[in-house]
Amino acid sequence: MSSPETQAAPLVRLVGVEKKLGRQKVLRGVDLEIREGERMVIIGRSGGGKSVLLKHIIGLMQPDAGQVWFRDKDLAQLSEEELVPLRKETGMLFQNGALFDSLSVGENVAFPLREKGGISEHDLQAEVERALKIVDLPRQEHKWPSELSGGMRKRVALARAAIAKPALMLYDEPTSGLDPVVSDSINKLMIRLGEELKMTSVIVTHDMVSAREVGDRIAMLHEGRIYCVDEPKVVLESKDPIVHRFVNGISDASDAIF
Amino acid sequence: MTRYAQELGARFMGMLQMAGKIVFLFWDIMRCLVRYPIRFKLLVRQIDFIGAKSVPVVIITGGFIGAVFAAQCEFQFRALGMSSAVGPVVAIAMCRELGPVLCALMIAGRVGSAMAAELATMKITEQIDALRALAVYPTEYLIVPRFLAMMISLPILVGLAISCGIGAGYFVAVHILEVPGVYYWNNTEKFTGDKDIWIGVVKGFFFGLIILLIGCHKGLNASQGAEGVGLATTESVVDAFIIVLIANFFFTFLLNAIL
Repeated sequence: MSSPETQAAPLVRLVGVEKKLGRQKVLRGVDLEIREGERMVIIGRSGGGKSVLLKHIIGLMQPDAGQVWFRDKDLAQLSEEELVPLRKETGMLFQNGALFDSLSVGENVAFPLREKGGISEHDLQAEVERALKIVDLPRQEHKWPSELSGGMRKRVALARAAIAKPALMLYDEPTSGLDPVVSDSINKLMIRLGEELKMTSVIVTHDMVSAREVGDRIAMLHEGRIYCVDEPKVVLESKDPIVHRFVNGISDASDAIF
Repeated sequence: MTRYAQELGARFMGMLQMAGKIVFLFWDIMRCLVRYPIRFKLLVRQIDFIGAKSVPVVIITGGFIGAVFAAQCEFQFRALGMSSAVGPVVAIAMCRELGPVLCALMIAGRVGSAMAAELATMKITEQIDALRALAVYPTEYLIVPRFLAMMISLPILVGLAISCGIGAGYFVAVHILEVPGVYYWNNTEKFTGDKDIWIGVVKGFFFGLIILLIGCHKGLNASQGAEGVGLATTESVVDAFIIVLIANFFFTFLLNAIL
């Protein structure tokens, strides 16, 4: 692998992003660059603001301070409507899928293409069928989201997010709550999407297996800041106490019990 | 005492804030109406839900109110020998007040609450964020079809409630209480004018707007969790009831003066 300096220009650049939710300061000045074509894994404690960070990258949340650059635009300066065209280049997989209840599985997956327009009904159905086959849910078009298990919802949501082939894909805990086999298939799918379609991916997870397998680089979010960014090998073998504890799942709970 | 004043102040600020948000929501809807093509499929679905599916409850509401109102009037007017005056009294009351107000209350309960609950659920399950992430402006996709459907449906439903009320009043007065039908109907026609019908329809239009804006506002601003959905739902109904009733008072004077 070439050295980081010679790699592509950043597609997303966060500069000093701060965000307060209620009284809690979730992000305290996040600086992070995501390069074109890379798969960036963000790890960190639950409730540590990883999802919030992800939502800033796509403009679903606006920072209280700092800048969020997507290509040459600062998302923090744009209105909701000005963000709409930029979002045509991005896709996001939500934690629980966030499928539209009022649409069938097939219509959910077809949604981005229908919105884009310029595609015949026949081609659309073929694309949906293909996408569902890729996420290993063939012939489920006519089911409703409420009839699916959590894992299936997530895979449908992945199909929906990826079907329009966005330049940037954001995954919010893509493998949480899935069995190891399905997790592995999702990991492989994320890698393939990245490689075959040249997608840039940002993956928020606390699944270390997934982080090791998928990530080109891993960033650790700790106490509202990016604590370290490096290649998976370096991060996962780090001797730094905070990183080491997180990566190996060592709690600092006291010995006392109830 | 200071605490009481503080709470009152907070309530008042909360109300102002809500009013501001509702005005912005309305402005946003207007902008989206001009900027984006109308989604006919969603519009038809909403008209079916808001309009068509409300027909039975509106018929029952209008019919029975007209019936009891005619009966009560007749009991009182009989002593004065004015039984045939029941017709215009029922007709005018139905057109100007009972039809639009009761119809609006029914729709606030049936449709406004459902709207708030649906939007609140979409919000807490991140479906609205998903919509935004898929490059769709939520107001345009979710609110505009509901707005148009409400604006189309409610005046028609009010008209239906009025007709059913007048019809049921006629039936009760003429067929049950034996008021002479010809006099009853002649008086009804003589003392009821276009103005009365217009007042009803215009009120219906504005009540629809109130129900829609409050339902959508409460849904879109729901707090997290199942509790947030429940709260949004009840608040949408209670607030819509109160605002409709208060607004009705002012509309009564305003419309009487200008129409």
